[in-house]
Amino acid sequence: MSVTGADDDGPLYVSSKKVYPQKVTGPFRRMKWMILIAALGVYYLLPFLRWNRGPNLPDQAVLADLPNRRFYFFFIELWPQEVYYFTGLLVIAALALFLMNSIAGRIWCGYLCPQTVWTDLFLAVERFFEGDRRERIKRDEAPLNADTIRRKVAKHAVWLLIAWWTGGAWVLYFADAPTLVRDLATFKAPAAAYLWIAILTFTTYTLAGIMREQVCIYMCPWPRIQAALTDDDALNVTYRYDRGEPRMSVKEAARAKAVSQSAGDCVDCHQCVAVCPTGIDIRDGAQLSCIQCSLCIDACDNVMTKIGRPKGLIAYDTDGNVKRRIAGEAPVYRPIRARTLIYAAIISIVGGAMLYQLATRSTAAISVLHERNPLFVRLTDGSVRNAYTIRISNKRPENRPFAITVQGVPGAVLTVPEAAPTADYRAVVTIPPDTTREVRAFVTVPKDVPLQKSQDILITASDLFAGEVVNARDHFMGP
Amino acid sequence: MSHDTAHGNHELVAEKVDAPTGQTIRSHEWDGITELNTPLPRWWINILYATILWSIGYWVVYPSWPLVSDYARGVVGYSSREEVAADLDAIKAFRAKQASGLEKASLEDIAKTPDLRRVALAAGRAAFGDNCAPCHGAGGAGAPGYPNLNDDDWLWGGTLDAIHQTLTNGVRVAGNDKTRIGLMSAFGRDGVLKTDEVRAVANHVRTLANLDAEKNYDQAKGSKVFADNCASCHGPQGKGSIEFGAPNLTDGIWLYGSNLADIIETVTNGRQGVMPAWGGRLDPVTIKALSVYVQSLGGGK
Ligand code: SF4
Ligand code: SF4
Repeated sequence: MSVTGADDDGPLYVSSKKVYPQKVTGPFRRMKWMILIAALGVYYLLPFLRWNRGPNLPDQAVLADLPNRRFYFFFIELWPQEVYYFTGLLVIAALALFLMNSIAGRIWCGYLCPQTVWTDLFLAVERFFEGDRRERIKRDEAPLNADTIRRKVAKHAVWLLIAWWTGGAWVLYFADAPTLVRDLATFKAPAAAYLWIAILTFTTYTLAGIMREQVCIYMCPWPRIQAALTDDDALNVTYRYDRGEPRMSVKEAARAKAVSQSAGDCVDCHQCVAVCPTGIDIRDGAQLSCIQCSLCIDACDNVMTKIGRPKGLIAYDTDGNVKRRIAGEAPVYRPIRARTLIYAAIISIVGGAMLYQLATRSTAAISVLHERNPLFVRLTDGSVRNAYTIRISNKRPENRPFAITVQGVPGAVLTVPEAAPTADYRAVVTIPPDTTREVRAFVTVPKDVPLQKSQDILITASDLFAGEVVNARDHFMGP
Repeated sequence: MSHDTAHGNHELVAEKVDAPTGQTIRSHEWDGITELNTPLPRWWINILYATILWSIGYWVVYPSWPLVSDYARGVVGYSSREEVAADLDAIKAFRAKQASGLEKASLEDIAKTPDLRRVALAAGRAAFGDNCAPCHGAGGAGAPGYPNLNDDDWLWGGTLDAIHQTLTNGVRVAGNDKTRIGLMSAFGRDGVLKTDEVRAVANHVRTLANLDAEKNYDQAKGSKVFADNCASCHGPQGKGSIEFGAPNLTDGIWLYGSNLADIIETVTNGRQGVMPAWGGRLDPVTIKALSVYVQSLGGGK
């Protein structure tokens, strides 16, 4: 075994190079602004949207009521035992990411990820106070002066304000928003609210203001996962080197063409590098650091328009197509293929199942627990009785009377000592709004009915007004 | 993505560059295996240092180092033991509030008011498990000699007040003048009845409950002995009496067993089951809660 060389080549740790993304305009930039406004608008304002649910329930459209263990989303009210809806949502979210990825790469990273959205916003603030790329670089290179300090202080102040507002909006999802805003302003809100605001202010400020592309390159798992998910047909922001190489200036190209040498369309102006929020060169090919924000497409298209060459030197394309064009073949685009169809199918199956479940979701629930000590008793008249603990949940915002009955054994009668029986001898239990109640019930079978050791029974609770019926299976034990 | 080396635009000037990635290669090598030079970002190591500093903060703020006879208590004086004590106090205060509700209300009102009833059932269930379950069973199913509390047969009465009275003063508690006392004496052992009389009356008792008797037992003797000795407490038809704690002999419920041998044993040696008086041992609110809970088991009477 041979070991050569000493471990003296370079440091183990390097300071990150500061990235100064340049301003860019174009259709992708415009779309990103629209998504940013929509996403942040929803995030900041949603807690204030009201939704009438009747007198006994909160009227906030989206609310995670942790103390009472309820989650409200418009017309949906979820109880803790229904968290599987969140599991379903997570499954759909993961598959949606996969689907996006197999159609057009890191759509999530480029347009939708909070890290991208907030960083975009923070960059806009930075640009507003410190100027565009060149000016910022110059400022940072020059010795500090009063103007620079003033601008930097203003920038950080606005960043902190946005970050604080971000944390502030977060806590509003966990309590009645208008009340909490008032309490926060008058310093009467619970300590946890202030703490969470502080934590989220800190994370937003650090991640979007200071860490930025470092989060995507070093901290986030998604670039690694997506690298494993992509395939030859997935579109990615691609530099079409078949068209771009060899790169040379407009003048050189004219000269090369005159002597019928090949000349690429890339004029090596570095505009794509200047606008890149992660500070990389797309012309090096697909790479982990590229969040596929498409801003280099806008930048390059602007250059091409200016010099009168067709747009799309950088565009959504595949490496395979670039190679095909070099080989003189026609490019192939296959957005609809087994992979995307399977993802779409699973999404619609899971989504459909959830919708069906939601639409047919009952607003009552019953569970029954058989008394085990004793399993049964014989009463003085010789009849046999089993005791059960019955829990009924009323998920509606009003009082609901439920008639509890039993089926499965001839002559069996269900009684609830604490409930008044109706005229037809059914036990009726009234459950208060949005509550679960437990009652002890007896099922009695007359003396002369033949009984096995155990027989199946069905206990039913039916809402006397709305007619909703819920069932639970259990057993009736005999001697 | 191998095209990029052809036109790569790298600032790194090192001896060796890895063609597919464009990264420099560190100079060490093991049998031809080399390593890409991928330095970590500086902030990464800085975060490690920051967490070390943060941990020092923990030593200062929270209990940390063991000392010779004590430990470093930390400036905020946090103690998990005190936290538990505070939680327990909070629970006690909460229970006291609930208990005062039970204290003021009558047994009937507790049983009828849903909120009070729920509190009483919860407290009663806990107290039952602690105090009653050893004899009556976890769910009150009982055992021979220890009544089943789930049926509709109550030796000393199944109303809330009767149960409360039994719980408070117990059964056959010496020195308690309010205790439940019933006399099932040892008719055989004390010589009041002879062996054949015991057998005859035992057979007679079985017929009261529609159970088979021995074919040739002396019916006349059986009913005479019963009328002379048993009817005073159990009633002429054997229907029993709550006043004396005398069980109903005509139903299907037998505390000490319904076999002929069991009944002969009962008549010969008597039965003197006891239950402690909980009056002095448990506080009045707990006894109230227990009364409501015990009645709920079988629905009372
Ligand atoms: S790399 Fe991670 S953090 Fe960065 S944009 Fe993509 S998902 Fe968001
Ligand atoms: S290379 Fe282009 S698409 Fe990738 S992050 Fe940079 S600007 Fe965005």
